[in-house]
Amino acid sequence: MSAITREDVARLGALARIHLTDGELDVLAGQLTAIVDAVAVVSSAVDDSTPATSHPIPLTNVFRPDTVTASLSRAEALSSAPADQDGQFRVPQILGEEP
Amino acid sequence: MSEMSGPTARAGHAMSFEAAMERFDPVFGIEVHVELNTATKMFCGCATAFGAPPNTQVCPVCLGLPGAMPTANVEAVESAIRLGLALNCSIAASSRFARKNYFYPDLAKDYQISQYDEPINYDGHLTFELDDGTSVRVEIERAHMEEDAAKLTHVGGAAGRIHGAAYSLVDYNRAGVPLIEIVTKPVQGMGSRAPEVARAYVAALRDVVRALEISDARMDQGSIRADVNLSLRPRVDGEDAQRAVPLGKRTETKNVNSLRTIELAVRYECGRQAALLAAGRPVVQETRHFHEDTGRTTPGRSKEEAEDYRYFPEPDLLPVVPSRDWVEKLRATLPEPPAERRRRLQREWGFTDLEMRDAVRGGVLTLIEETVAAGAPPAGARKWWTGELMRAANDAGVDIAQLPVTPAHVAELEGLIAGGALTDKLARQALAGTLAGEGSPADVAQARGLAVVSDDGALVAAVDAALAANPDVARKIRGGKIAAAGAIVGAVMKATRGQADAARVRELILGRGGE
Amino acid sequence: MSEDLTRLSAAELSTLMADGEVSAREVTEAHLARIHDVDDDVHAFVLVNDTDAILEARRVDEARYRGEELGPLAGVPIAVKDLLTTRGMRTTCGSRILEDWVPVYDATVVAKVRDAGMPILGKTNMDEFAMGSSTEHSAFGPTHNPWDLDRIPGGSGGGSSAAVAAFEAPLALGTDTGGSIRQPAAVTGTVGAKPTYGAVSRYGLVAMASSLDQVGPCSRTVLDAAMLHEVIGGHDPHDATSLPEPVAPAVAYARQGMAGDLRGVRIGIVGELRGDGFQQGVLERYAEALGVLEDLGAEMQVVSCPSFAYTLAAYYLIMPSEASSNLARFDAMRYGLRLSPQGGPVTAEAVMGATREAAFGPEVKRRVILGTYALSAGYRDAYYGSAQKVRTLVQEDLAHAWEAVDVLVSPTCPTTAFRIGEKVDNPMAMYLSDTATIPANLAGIPGISVPAGLAEDGLPVGVQVLAPARADAWIYRVGAALEAVLTERWGGGLLDRAPMLGTPTGGAR
Repeated sequence: MSAITREDVARLGALARIHLTDGELDVLAGQLTAIVDAVAVVSSAVDDSTPATSHPIPLTNVFRPDTVTASLSRAEALSSAPADQDGQFRVPQILGEEP
Repeated sequence: MSEMSGPTARAGHAMSFEAAMERFDPVFGIEVHVELNTATKMFCGCATAFGAPPNTQVCPVCLGLPGAMPTANVEAVESAIRLGLALNCSIAASSRFARKNYFYPDLAKDYQISQYDEPINYDGHLTFELDDGTSVRVEIERAHMEEDAAKLTHVGGAAGRIHGAAYSLVDYNRAGVPLIEIVTKPVQGMGSRAPEVARAYVAALRDVVRALEISDARMDQGSIRADVNLSLRPRVDGEDAQRAVPLGKRTETKNVNSLRTIELAVRYECGRQAALLAAGRPVVQETRHFHEDTGRTTPGRSKEEAEDYRYFPEPDLLPVVPSRDWVEKLRATLPEPPAERRRRLQREWGFTDLEMRDAVRGGVLTLIEETVAAGAPPAGARKWWTGELMRAANDAGVDIAQLPVTPAHVAELEGLIAGGALTDKLARQALAGTLAGEGSPADVAQARGLAVVSDDGALVAAVDAALAANPDVARKIRGGKIAAAGAIVGAVMKATRGQADAARVRELILGRGGE
Repeated sequence: MSEDLTRLSAAELSTLMADGEVSAREVTEAHLARIHDVDDDVHAFVLVNDTDAILEARRVDEARYRGEELGPLAGVPIAVKDLLTTRGMRTTCGSRILEDWVPVYDATVVAKVRDAGMPILGKTNMDEFAMGSSTEHSAFGPTHNPWDLDRIPGGSGGGSSAAVAAFEAPLALGTDTGGSIRQPAAVTGTVGAKPTYGAVSRYGLVAMASSLDQVGPCSRTVLDAAMLHEVIGGHDPHDATSLPEPVAPAVAYARQGMAGDLRGVRIGIVGELRGDGFQQGVLERYAEALGVLEDLGAEMQVVSCPSFAYTLAAYYLIMPSEASSNLARFDAMRYGLRLSPQGGPVTAEAVMGATREAAFGPEVKRRVILGTYALSAGYRDAYYGSAQKVRTLVQEDLAHAWEAVDVLVSPTCPTTAFRIGEKVDNPMAMYLSDTATIPANLAGIPGISVPAGLAEDGLPVGVQVLAPARADAWIYRVGAALEAVLTERWGGGLLDRAPMLGTPTGGAR
């Protein structure tokens, strides 16, 4: 059916923030094409009149009261941070130099 | 990628707004984010207090820790429905949360829980007046619930800007604070009034939010934030013909955080786009940032890699299905719509349009209302709040509501004047004392010895002394030149250090001078 | 007492401890000894929690000594799948990206297990983020099937089932998204149950596919599974999808089933889950099991669920879609591994891309990319959207079936355990292992896998019992009835026929 190309995989990898090597692009393109071929039958099984089910057990209006509960201590919050500074999570620069 | 490198599009080469409006027709849309004032976050029980030390109002849910799950805050849902009702929206029979997927370090889960094709409120409108009284109705597409992102601080590089920063620090206290995003339909046909309409719309929306008491509604603290989409199309004659012209490429200007800057941003972006179009260059569809300091916008992230948010229903949360009873119960809690309230108050108080506008623009309507409720006459209340006190707030650079003067103080002051205990001039001194934290106006008057000298004996002595010291003037008065009495009044007031009632002094002068 | 405490069921251990015959400490120490004896071969555990487990056992013994009222499983040790957060105890999800992550909070089920006085023996191995059917996709090496160490123990919860099968733990917690409790149970000759979606809290279960995931018990007997179900079940305000009603009377129904009477029970044989693609030995044991149920008085009839032809396809769209979103948070910003890119500027985006490249295994990448594709603009309606509609068809087929029958039965898994490495490079072949277990996840209904004997290759076969949503008690009743007859026929549990691992005295007292 619809072949997934290396370029498609590269775009999806960028969207999913997974850097992929050339080798991985080749392998994944082949595997994903095979998988998508196999799973594409779903669109022939249903039509516009079939409603979608997103929750297996239909519940509605499940809410929490607006009551403050205990937060973590800052030490706990930062305990697994790869880097922290001044009580905050330290992350790499978000954008490079101004273009 | 960025047009900064393009020779014709350098900042500063924008066409003047007026010139732009001669050739182009602006179409805009506004997305306003209102941060709710619930005690807890949208999806967890962490407190939402503003200004807490970084990362002290966080938990597994709002930190996006593996395994943590959201639960919806009922108060936030009710606030959303009440806002929807106040904006004349239809309330969805069934509404759903959805995940908006994109990676960013301020997004704890790398998706934002928002609403997509099933928002809680849709198809509303807001009617408001411009300064000249023109009534404008803006159509509202939707008002949906979502969660706020964390706060980023960029370190290194120029002035905390994101570009060139060495690294960034993340505070998740704000992550998960409930937001309502109100999205207008495209607003067209406003021509050169577009900037004013944009501003007035956000002001009107802010008033509605304030009246509902669902948000602090402080643009300066970011509890109301606006993004403005704008595009230009060639101007043609005739309203229908104009509407038929296809929309141009639009930009989205973010970071517009005061009423004034909304107007400025729309004006600037009109001029910038007009210059590009006039030069035969395309407008790049992109996000732009408004800078308060320069009054200009600069491009944000390139949209070269088109965003693909991969929305899908949030499996961890269940549909919100507001029953008719629930909605009607919430409708019953709605306050009077701000525009109606304004008309009613103007009628009750007998203010002129100009007086009313000053009070509205100064944001002192409620203060006046409370002062009147405390017993002051409307005119007196208005005079203090739009005059003396507004100046004091401006001088101090604070919100007028933060002044140490309360409506009760102003009413007390008015009472002292009406009772003859203070003159206008003394009242201003008493108020200055209250502003300085010396207590209520009555306390200040007592402590400072401010009192109208109403003892005729003392006044008569002062008048006689003044007449004696100014025989020429005394003669003129006796000769019927009543206007000359002013000099004696001044002398008496000086002698009594301003504590005399000038009218009474004048009576005494005329009486005694004529003898 | 001379018997090996590790060979006893949780129910038996519970009775012995309640009667003062053995202490919780002795029971826990026996299991820890067994782990140290055999786990080099089995590799069911990625972390063994010796010190804390013994401390907890001693607390239970002291509480019992003081006469405090204790729950039925107090002192019975348990193994916990490493997908469930444990406060202060490393939780890796089988992934390198979380190799050093120590949670600051307990999953609700873990808190319930602790409250019940159950010492936690350690964390069990699994396919990375529960993505797999063989436990070969663990970043920490595969788990081996105690029946044949060259074979897979099923997945993703191969560690939990192997731990129970190798007598390293009487009970374990598993999670089941498409069969990850039931399929490992089937191929290791153990019992595994997936409760109704929402019957057990998911709070603290590191999500793969949120609308499919469910925590459940792993054990060697149906009664033990029922006992653990009652400990971990019930409403949790931290999980909005958690059912509001009280936990199902699983134990009472299990005991009723053990009494061996299924008269009046209507059992449906799923027509679509037999024949093509099912191993001969699996079908033979399944046929025998159907005979047993009929002999116990059940009314048998064939039921058709045509939508089951599409469930595997729908599952492999919904699951990766949700997983692609759920796994986005592993971005090297707040917790977990952070790696720098090989070249170019070290931006947040580049760090995310480099870390996820190096720290995610191939199956995780495959599913995240597949899910990203299925949700992306232009494909969402055809793939994710259609798959959600297939769920509606499954619900409709099942609603129709429940008009005629009380429970459904099928083989749990089309084949017995395959060899390690046999399918690792052929994802579609691996995915077929889940054919029979997936419908329950799509529909949110409860299911249990019970040992049905050995196939022609000498490896265990499981039979699955499915019940309507919220009727969890029924899977225990029918499962226990089947188990009682077969155990008697075999002259003991199926695992008595498994190879004896470890040193002859290992773990014995």
